[in-house]
Amino acid sequence: MTAISDFIDSSATDNVKKAIAAAKENESIHALLSLTEERALERATLVDKGEITGRLAGVPFVAKDNFMTLGGTTTAASHFLEQFEAPLQATVIERLEAEGAICIGKTNLDAFAHGGSTENSAFGPTLNSADPTRVAGGSSGGSAVATALGIVPFAIGTDTGGSIRQPASFNGVVGVKPTYGTVSRYGVVAMASSTDTIGCFATTAHDAELVMDIMAGRDDRDMTTLPDFFAPAEAPTALKVGVIKEFMTDDVDAGVRQQVATYVESLKAAGHIVEEVSMSMLKYALAMYYIIVPAEISSNLSRYDGVRYGRRAEAGNLSELYGKSRDEGFMAENKRRIMIGSYVLSSGYFDAYYLQAQKARTLLINEFNELFKTYDVLVGPVAPTPAFKLGENTADPVKMYLADIMTVPASLAGLPAISVPAGTTDEGLPVGVQLIGQRRDDAKLLALAASQEEAA
Amino acid sequence: MTTAISRDDVLHLAQLSNLQLSDDEITALQTDLGSILGYVAQLSELDTSGVEPTYQVTDLENIWRQDEIQPHGAGREQLLALAPQQQDYQIKVPKVL
Repeated sequence: MTAISDFIDSSATDNVKKAIAAAKENESIHALLSLTEERALERATLVDKGEITGRLAGVPFVAKDNFMTLGGTTTAASHFLEQFEAPLQATVIERLEAEGAICIGKTNLDAFAHGGSTENSAFGPTLNSADPTRVAGGSSGGSAVATALGIVPFAIGTDTGGSIRQPASFNGVVGVKPTYGTVSRYGVVAMASSTDTIGCFATTAHDAELVMDIMAGRDDRDMTTLPDFFAPAEAPTALKVGVIKEFMTDDVDAGVRQQVATYVESLKAAGHIVEEVSMSMLKYALAMYYIIVPAEISSNLSRYDGVRYGRRAEAGNLSELYGKSRDEGFMAENKRRIMIGSYVLSSGYFDAYYLQAQKARTLLINEFNELFKTYDVLVGPVAPTPAFKLGENTADPVKMYLADIMTVPASLAGLPAISVPAGTTDEGLPVGVQLIGQRRDDAKLLALAASQEEAA
Repeated sequence: MTTAISRDDVLHLAQLSNLQLSDDEITALQTDLGSILGYVAQLSELDTSGVEPTYQVTDLENIWRQDEIQPHGAGREQLLALAPQQQDYQIKVPKVL
């Protein structure tokens, strides 16, 4: 793995060439869908001439292929957008470029970010960085693996219900899902607007903090962004830490529990006060998520109709054009989610499913708020298992959804949550610890993770 | 636990969702939608009487700006060029009826 500092003060052109060579060497892992070599080298020349300077001058990175970028396609790993060349760049890409960072390519994901393994990509799965017979995690699997393999020192992704944290955990890198509203979503393919967030992968908490510091902040092109609040924090001392009891039961893989318990011990050793906490609403969070999110997906994905951009099927009339373009352009999981959304929003079912889920969401948020009166940080695993085998969960959608059970609660409540590497299981599979904080405590979580890294 | 989903239910949802599905897809979706809806139905056991729903988690309310045209990075010609078919600055589609 590499760090951002490995790329500072060296030739940007050499950095880009090195990253592209590493990407090509690892082609069989399928972390990347495309390279933006030409544009990357042009940007590198500008950095080398001193025309672009900044905190990430000449540092290569990769972006999940649902961020609009210039210099290539933005496919969302779907047949629908297979040929789509974006006319503009996402705000976060502009912000990173303004600091001299150079996007060298686009990474694989579950199509439209619907999934937890990157197996729903229209272009084939990404393989796990520690064991190629296992999944990368998802949906930002390509970004996690590209970082873990050292192709780039950081990568960006989206996290709607765990799509950064879970693949970070499966590949042993740091993954940050910020407070809802921290980072602009302008120019990013929308999935579920009430939980979609933009975050990053890095090899250290310190690097992740730098990337978040650059990406965070109010954007007039995204009216859901919060007023600027992100600022790097000092290493926190004597925090009250709550270990979530419901996430440490026998249902959770023993290797995962062991690694999380070891991390918790290191928090105690660092002088933090650790107690067990219980949340009665956690067991309902996944059900809430798989009502609310498909509802928002069914609405957000209605724009893919074959008329204005993307795939258009051969059709004799307009309604056939919509129906066939969408059938050809979407993967099975996209269709499932759209149809679940149509179901829970339709008259007769709305109150029992959608409204009930939004009320349950209030109860979940209340429970978090109550705990945060006493505790600074909540801790648990990121996922109930390490990376599972390719194909292991694809036949049963509910089984696949269960991989999100520990990440969706923070998403529904809009809380910052990060995945921090916590060693490996006996089989050598990476395990992540999840740190969940109060809204706007993103930097505190990262500072805590950084001080634990230093202590280790 | 699964929720019973008929072939007609799937066809109705497909129509609401603007999806033209193959026979194989319809059969598979009957099973999949039934098991997903069966799973999420557990929320019915929660007592939510008197609880307000949460629709968004920012504490932001209406944010206003002047009603002025602002450049957002792409112009009319670039956007029209993305359409699969266009003619005379219009997007072309097959006949509606």
